[in-house]
Amino acid sequence: MPAQILESSLAPAHAVLDQVCAAGEPWMGRVAKGQVFRITDLEGNQAVDTLFYNAADIGERYSLTHTIQAQGGLYLGVGTQIMSSEARPMLTIVADTCGRHDTLGGACACESNTVRYALEKRYMHSCRDNFLTALASDAASATPTGLTKRDIVSNINFFMNVPVTPAGKLTFEDGISAPGKYVEMRAEMDVIVLVSNCPQLNNPCNGYNPTPVRFLVWDAH
Amino acid sequence: MQTSFDTLTPLARAAVPVSSAAFAPELVLWEDTLPGGAHWSGRINRGTTLRFTDVEGAANLSALFYNVEQTTERYNMPDTLKAQHTAFLTKGHALYSDMGRVLCSIPEDSCGWHDSVCGLLDAARSQAKYGSGRYQELRNAMHRNARDGLLIELGKWGLDKRDLVANVNFFSKAVADDEGALHFDTAHRKPGQYVDLRFEMNTLVVLSAAQHPLDPNPLYDPKPVKITAWRSGIAGADDVCRRLCAENDRGFINTARWFL
Repeated sequence: MPAQILESSLAPAHAVLDQVCAAGEPWMGRVAKGQVFRITDLEGNQAVDTLFYNAADIGERYSLTHTIQAQGGLYLGVGTQIMSSEARPMLTIVADTCGRHDTLGGACACESNTVRYALEKRYMHSCRDNFLTALASDAASATPTGLTKRDIVSNINFFMNVPVTPAGKLTFEDGISAPGKYVEMRAEMDVIVLVSNCPQLNNPCNGYNPTPVRFLVWDAH
Repeated sequence: MQTSFDTLTPLARAAVPVSSAAFAPELVLWEDTLPGGAHWSGRINRGTTLRFTDVEGAANLSALFYNVEQTTERYNMPDTLKAQHTAFLTKGHALYSDMGRVLCSIPEDSCGWHDSVCGLLDAARSQAKYGSGRYQELRNAMHRNARDGLLIELGKWGLDKRDLVANVNFFSKAVADDEGALHFDTAHRKPGQYVDLRFEMNTLVVLSAAQHPLDPNPLYDPKPVKITAWRSGIAGADDVCRRLCAENDRGFINTARWFL
């Protein structure tokens, strides 16, 4: 499926949620069925590691293999149905000014950084530390979801470019995103959103300069 | 100075053999043949190799791996692929857990490509593709799907769908074109092809021999897989997987520290 650019007609002034997530921070939220969720790459080339869970059953969650199977291809873009582990659509990408998003690269972790870069890189901040920070905070909240490390499965990387060649080579390339590019998706069920605004400094996934992103939610219209 | 095998202390280096053993019939511990569609799980210890053989030439073997001592540590597809800059698995590759350790590695492979991204079929999609195949009519020739097979085996170990992650599909090849569309390669599979999985950790292995989700065969016709367990020892200092790239050198160091 060729990369497709499709702009949204939704105005930020009408959003019911409008939050900026600083570079390297976690974010957790909920999007109800019918609501539209937008992530904006404010300064460009920022990987946004994202997981979705069915708010009514955390055992049902984003599944990269179901998503790839459903569309017969690797990259996410306009029209992609973001599928659950129960083979049901969780969200549908309805607008996108970036053109291609990744779901093979997963999230960085202290432990995988030791393998990929150096054992000495263990103490750099990572996406899994963000996810676990969010889940610890969630567990201490008045309405804990019950999510734990076990539930941190392979995620979507919005705005990240991980091409696979016909020979099977996989590389992290410079992003194709730019300041202000956004991706927008309509929830097909009530979902919990778990995000790490990626702090990785060892590869080009954030252009070696992690930056803030903006989350917007609109009610169904 | 960055840590590598050559910078390890003499005691840490001494815990690594010069090489693992090459296959020989006298090293075999046991053999079994998984009928097409069947599922299996078991504990395979560090130093044992499982040789999977595609007996008839059209098998698929969906597999997941867990650290049997701490099952929240499990095979991680993205970490495996990005550490080795590959979208598929073959000789020289290591299969990483999410904790930066090597659960198992591939010192020998006559296939050249094992799929890592296509996942598996569940009951509904299997039935949509192959029709109904109940026990009542078919007895043990009943249709089995990979997701239920893996869930049955996970259940035996107190695990469930929350532990189900992206699996490996041994013997199967699906190639991505420039737009990312996936194409299944039916010519890839041949009778007698095998792959060795050498275990570097004490691992819970969970398997299903159901058909690959992109297999164009419209009939329910899963093929058997022979499993040969043999005593290989762990990867040596000169090993093809350890020496594939600096990433794997570090992954094997992380793995050894679990056991030191």
